[in-house]
Amino acid sequence: MKELSLNVLDIVQNSLTAGASLVKISLTENEQGILTLSVADDGKGMSEEILKGVTNPFYTTRTTRKVGLGIPLLKLAAEQTGGCVTIASKEKKEGTDDHGTVITATFDTRSIDFTPIGDMVSTVSCLVQRGGDVDFEYSHKTPKGEVALSTREMRQMLGADIPLNSFEVIKWLEEYLTEQYNVLKTN
Amino acid sequence: MKSLAELTALRDKLQKNVSLREQEETKRVVVGMATCGIAAGARPVLNAFTEEIAKAGITDTVVTQTGCIGICQYEPVVEVFEEGKDKVTYVKMTAEKAARIVAEHIKGGKIVEEYTIGANK
Repeated sequence: MKELSLNVLDIVQNSLTAGASLVKISLTENEQGILTLSVADDGKGMSEEILKGVTNPFYTTRTTRKVGLGIPLLKLAAEQTGGCVTIASKEKKEGTDDHGTVITATFDTRSIDFTPIGDMVSTVSCLVQRGGDVDFEYSHKTPKGEVALSTREMRQMLGADIPLNSFEVIKWLEEYLTEQYNVLKTN
Repeated sequence: MKSLAELTALRDKLQKNVSLREQEETKRVVVGMATCGIAAGARPVLNAFTEEIAKAGITDTVVTQTGCIGICQYEPVVEVFEEGKDKVTYVKMTAEKAARIVAEHIKGGKIVEEYTIGANK
């Protein structure tokens, strides 16, 4: 992947496939140049057995072919900077609503092998267009400030009749995020 | 600065157009957005379709995303479904190709043969 934002676009698909209703995507950069990416969902989760297998490229849920590279590619991008990927998951069980998966990747942004974050605005835009009823909370924190978006808040303002993936709403979302990123740049 | 409050104004504006939007969607543009598609450049292709279709004022076509279509070597892959017609599969897509497909196929009804999988085997 040419940009980390593409890895994010890709792995969030796993959350959607798991039937998540809320996906929290966060990027946090600290003063030391360490970037932490986290994708947390409330989907159906995974059993311990599946969890053990997901970083194996020859594990996939899809039926069109026998390889799955989403998580292995993210792992590669993290590990080549000296970082790592961890996954925690709680499988859906009867009698409890506490289930879901959190995938966390850390990167050393000072490493020569660090893949640039790239166009997160496009990634969030694509995800909201794809998501249907799924809600997203997006946050990108840097020492210079924060970029944030919540589709729940957007839906509250829009009411029930206007779908989030209306062209005009998507354009608004892109401009809203771009503007926040521009403010970060000038800080 | 943009604020969430603008969405309320947008809602009022869009609600007026709701009846227009309820025109039946007879065409579907499906962009493959699994690992293979994304790595090959599907994101700008999706954005180009959304943008060009809105720009052209086309209301009978919806753009959606799907997973791996199974022909990763041809990604980015886009399928066009139209009621009563055979599916058309476009391969090795770019944003520029998307603009032409919207103009000639979606709007004009003429398949852009040279971008189809048949012409790229």
